[in-house]
Amino acid sequence: MMSGQAFLDRIKNEFGDKITGANLAAIDPWVEVAPEGLVEVCKYLRDQPDLRFNMLNCISGVDYFEPDPKKAAKLDWQPHLEVVYHLSSLPTKISLVLKVILPRWKGDRPGDLPEVPSVSGVWSTADWHEREVFDLVGVRFSGHPDLRRILCPEDWVGYPLRKDYEMPLEYHGIRGR
Amino acid sequence: MTQPWIEGRFEENVITTTVEQAINWARQSSIWPMTFGLACCAIEMMAAGASRFDMDRFGAGAFRASPRQADLMIVAGTVTYKMGSRLRRLYNQMPNPKFVIAMGACTVGGGPYFKYGYHVVKGVDLVVPVDVYVPGCPPRPEALLEGLMRIQDKIKGHKIARLAGANVGIKVDDELPVPHHSGYVEAPEEVSVYDHQKITG
Ligand code: SF4
Repeated sequence: MMSGQAFLDRIKNEFGDKITGANLAAIDPWVEVAPEGLVEVCKYLRDQPDLRFNMLNCISGVDYFEPDPKKAAKLDWQPHLEVVYHLSSLPTKISLVLKVILPRWKGDRPGDLPEVPSVSGVWSTADWHEREVFDLVGVRFSGHPDLRRILCPEDWVGYPLRKDYEMPLEYHGIRGR
Repeated sequence: MTQPWIEGRFEENVITTTVEQAINWARQSSIWPMTFGLACCAIEMMAAGASRFDMDRFGAGAFRASPRQADLMIVAGTVTYKMGSRLRRLYNQMPNPKFVIAMGACTVGGGPYFKYGYHVVKGVDLVVPVDVYVPGCPPRPEALLEGLMRIQDKIKGHKIARLAGANVGIKVDDELPVPHHSGYVEAPEEVSVYDHQKITG
C-alpha cells in the first residue's frame, strides 16, 4: 500500500487545487476537498482499481461554533461547518476520511443553507445520510434526489444540532418548557 | 371505603352486592393495557408482563394491539413531539373509561432529556391526562404493578349511581382514593390474635 504522502501527491496531481488541505498526522488522517470537486474526487476514489473505496461508512455534519463569546475568543478556529465522509475499501481494506469545510451560512446570510454537491450518485448509501445531515445540521446537498427531513417532523423549524439552535417553546399546542 | 350493610349477611353461595360494586370489580380485574412501548421503559413493561412478574395476576396481562380494545395506556418511554400527536390520537381512539399510566422519568417530566432534548415532550401530561405516575429510569416491574394497583383503587371508587331527589339524573361524584403513607389506599387493619399481642402506647 502506498504511504499517506504518496497518496496525497497522487490526488493533488490529479485534481490540483480541488484538494485544499490535509492532515496526515491525525489519528484518522483526513483530506480536505473543495465542495466543487467533491463528486469528481469521490468518483475517482471509488473507481481507481487500486483504491476502490466502494463503501461510504457515514457522513457527519459538524458545527464549529461557540455560543459563549468569552470562550469563543479563546478558540483558535473561526465558526464554520464541516461535512465529514468516512470511506472504506472492502477489497483493499483501507479507509480514508474526506472533509468539506463550509461557512455556517451561505454568503453569511443567516437562514441561507451552505451547499455541497450530493454524492448519492456515487454511493447510494449517501441518500439517507445526507438527509440526516440536512435535517439536523442544516446543509443543503445540491443534486440530492429527495432532500427532505428524515428524523424531525416535516414542519420542524430550525436545525437542532447547530450550536446556536433555540429549542421550540411550543410545538402544535404542546408546551416546550 | 365502607362496606355496604347487606354484604356478607347471608350463608355461603349466596352473594349479594350492588351493581356498582360488581361492575367496578369486573373492570378493575380486567384492565387491558395497550401495547405501547416507546423506548427503554418498554423493556421493563414487557418484563412486568412476562412470567416472572406476571401482570396477568391482576387481570392486566392481555396487551391489546389496538387502542379500541384497550382500557389502559401505559406510556412506557420517551415521548417526542413527533410522537405527541400520534399519542393523543391513540388516546382519543380508546373507549371510555380509559386510564393512563406515565411510566418512567421521561413521561413524568422529560427525564434525562429535560434540559437538552430539543425533541422530547417535557412530561406526557402535556399531551394526555395522566392518572398514575410511576417514576424511575426505568421503574422496576414491581413499581409498574404498584401503579396498576393504584389504577385499580381508582376504579374501585367509581360511582355509577345517580343522585335522587331534586338533582335527579346527576351523577354522584367518584370517590378518589385517599393515599396512605404506607402506599396502600387503606391502612391495613391491625390483626392481633390475642389481646396481649396488641401494640400499645
Ligand atoms: S425513563 Fe429512563 S428508561 Fe424510561 S424511557 Fe426514559 S430514559 Fe428510558
